[in-house]
Amino acid sequence: MRSNRLRFYTQSLAKILIWIAALSTIAVMILILFQILAEGLPILRLSFFLESPKSMGREGGILTTIIGTIALTVVAIIVATPLGVGTAIFLREYTRESQVSRIIRFGTDCLAGVPSIIFGLFGFVFFVIFLNMGWSILSGGLTLAAMILPTIICTTEEAIKTIPYSYREVSYSLGGTKWQTVTRAILPSALPGIFTGIILSVGRSIGETAAIILTAGSSLVMPNSLFSPIRTMAVHFYILAREGISMEMAYGTGAALILLVLFINTIANWLLNRYIRHRS
Amino acid sequence: MKLEIKEKFIEKTLLLIAFSSILILALIASFIFGEGLPFIWKIGAIDFLFGERWVPSHGEFGILPMIVGSFLVTFGALLLGIPLGLACAVFLCEWTPPQAAMVLRPAIQLLAAIPSVIYGFWGLVVLVPLVRNYLGGPGLSIFSGSVILGFMILPTIISISEDSLRALPPSYKAGGLALGATHWQTIWRVLVPAAKSGIVASVILGMGRAIGETMAMIMILGNAVKMPSSFLDSARTLTTNIGIEMGYASGDHRQALFATGVILFFIIMILNSSAIVLSRRRGS
Amino acid sequence: MDKIRSTKLQVPNSKQIPMTKILKLKQSLSNPPPAYRQAGNPPFLKGGEGGFLEFGIWRLGFLLFLLCVSITVGCQRSKAGITVAGSTSVEPFAELLAEEYMIHHPHSHIYVQGGGSTAGIEAVRSHAADIGMSSRSLMGGEKRLYAVIIAKDAIAITVHPKNLVQGLPLVKVRDVFSGKIRNWKELGGHDHPIILVTREEGSGTREAFQKLVMGEEEISLEALVQDSNGAIRQVVSSDPNTIGYISLGLVNEKVKALEVSGVEPSIKNIESGRYHLVRPFLFVLNAEPTGESKAFIDFVMSPKAQKLLSKEGLVSILSKSSGG
Repeated sequence: MRSNRLRFYTQSLAKILIWIAALSTIAVMILILFQILAEGLPILRLSFFLESPKSMGREGGILTTIIGTIALTVVAIIVATPLGVGTAIFLREYTRESQVSRIIRFGTDCLAGVPSIIFGLFGFVFFVIFLNMGWSILSGGLTLAAMILPTIICTTEEAIKTIPYSYREVSYSLGGTKWQTVTRAILPSALPGIFTGIILSVGRSIGETAAIILTAGSSLVMPNSLFSPIRTMAVHFYILAREGISMEMAYGTGAALILLVLFINTIANWLLNRYIRHRS
Repeated sequence: MKLEIKEKFIEKTLLLIAFSSILILALIASFIFGEGLPFIWKIGAIDFLFGERWVPSHGEFGILPMIVGSFLVTFGALLLGIPLGLACAVFLCEWTPPQAAMVLRPAIQLLAAIPSVIYGFWGLVVLVPLVRNYLGGPGLSIFSGSVILGFMILPTIISISEDSLRALPPSYKAGGLALGATHWQTIWRVLVPAAKSGIVASVILGMGRAIGETMAMIMILGNAVKMPSSFLDSARTLTTNIGIEMGYASGDHRQALFATGVILFFIIMILNSSAIVLSRRRGS
Repeated sequence: MDKIRSTKLQVPNSKQIPMTKILKLKQSLSNPPPAYRQAGNPPFLKGGEGGFLEFGIWRLGFLLFLLCVSITVGCQRSKAGITVAGSTSVEPFAELLAEEYMIHHPHSHIYVQGGGSTAGIEAVRSHAADIGMSSRSLMGGEKRLYAVIIAKDAIAITVHPKNLVQGLPLVKVRDVFSGKIRNWKELGGHDHPIILVTREEGSGTREAFQKLVMGEEEISLEALVQDSNGAIRQVVSSDPNTIGYISLGLVNEKVKALEVSGVEPSIKNIESGRYHLVRPFLFVLNAEPTGESKAFIDFVMSPKAQKLLSKEGLVSILSKSSGG
């Protein structure tokens, strides 16, 4: 009888501990957000977003960093999406599970695990020095593209996976070639999934710092070409916070960063949900 | 005919594109190894891996303190992340009242989305003073780093563990309960062991992420070069070693940093391959 | 990755596709099969009524091709403007100067970049940057480069404002940083281990400190390492047991600069030479400056710019020399 009651005591104890775990996770998230947003939200006036940083970032806004973030992300997406979607199409439509596809998948998975500092090292040595692109939007964007490639491949593959085989059957029976099937039957349906992958990648690239500093530089000047160095919001935040130049501006940039990431995350989740509902 | 040529052409192009990820991987490996391996050859792998002194200005390049630092920080992060993560995964899977799930899930997704510099900053501003005042030491320590890192890898562990738990056939749970076990006993002795390979995969992925983290660690660990002797000591990881000195290094020093990158690369590849093997085995 | 794989995107159980979709698909494929075995252009290869995506992919491919071309062309980089890269100690001041300069010369672009003194000198040598910034004198092979001293900066030994210690003889500073003196009480402070903070290896500031203070001794391996002056200042200002060295120009009310061997680190003492922990801020070039670089350097050496630098805490210098 004692051992019987012990079981239930253990269960109650476990229940309590688990609740504590869940609550503390939520608590920490709230703490982190609260800390930055509390100090940073008051700084976010419209002029903050529209002015360029002045005087090493002590005054003015963060306009150039916003532009830098957008530029880098756009370059990365433009380069990574065709490569990623192409790979996914190839893996799912043009081959069966074979040595070739195993190698490709292995490569993708490995690439996904490479830490960002290694990407930074690579980008520095390859794009900045070897290809002589210097610290530039291009160097940073291409490095970023390499980093988000696995994400795009993965989500596109998942999206294509969920399309029922009957789509392809119908298309072939109507006389379409493989390529036509892909572009007219499969890709349009997979578009939301691809889009989700892109949004997820955008979310990741916004937070990237180590690789960006080493490849895109940290210039505060408004860029005038793809070869100009640029600072992104995350890098700006890091530099402001570390150098102690202006804690006020640092909090403001941090708040802007968090809001941006929240926004993108919400959209990605909404898309994911909508896609699921759309299919059923 | 023309159509067939076009189709063949497209297929070959796609094949080339598909190899892009392999190509990039090969490029990365070749450049990093190209700069780092000659250096390891030059000063000897044993001296490099097991040397205890990292003093580039004197030509001493031993990375053992960094390896130990990486190991300790990751270990500490897992110490925090695994129980917490597993608990949350179980919570989400088994015990959630719908309202709690609605709060917890977004919270976890947010935790995953927050950039690491923000984590580092928060750690610097909130956690480090706490550690310094209540636990001693400079505050910038392995302990603080482990806590922050633990929260950073939490979402990885939670989401994959939860998926493994959900993927179990309902008969497991039904069987356990039917035999008279309490809910908790079913979870702890039936479901969790059954989902073991998925959970272990999540842990390994979390480890991979922990070892690769740079920015937050630069801000919180203190980056002292000495071999750490306690959790309250400051330390340096392989990643922060590269991150902190890369911009300033040249010649031998720079090659040494690339060599550190080589070691890091190896470790991550081993970790990731084991995670891949494990998760493939769990069946997809 | 695994997370995405295991997220189950639900698939409807029925494999039925709505008729409308089939009809649309059929339309977009135009004329059916035998066409493609004929010689000549099968009708449904022409144009893309339903196949916008197909078109789109070719367009995208073309764009990519253009991108690649522009990369190779642009590899002979010739952007307007100059890149100034190097020491993070000099960087904030260079940025200020660049800002001033660009106000008066709106069509020029000066890109200031950190990376460290050594990296900056390397960048100049490899032509990745036009001007290199260095916070230490040139050594060895670097001496061949053309260097201009744009200002002098002192290194201040800082402690927390609440620290009881007001000044130290240089020898004691050396002993503290080499780890021989380990507790504040040996220096007249309270009983607590000393926590050292230093810059990372390769930093110009650290090398200057090493040369001016440590001499042959090593900085203790137990010292905390931070990657910028500002970060050191942050650490020192928040922990009463720390001691670290930063650029004098960065000292503010959050930290206290110690007197070294009885001499206070003030501009006056630096100019008179009594405070001798002083290092040059250099602009380094491959050869005599020309064009935009020359214009910028001329501006930097002008009284107006120098006054700006003094205001920020540096010691202005109005003479040129080469070789630091």
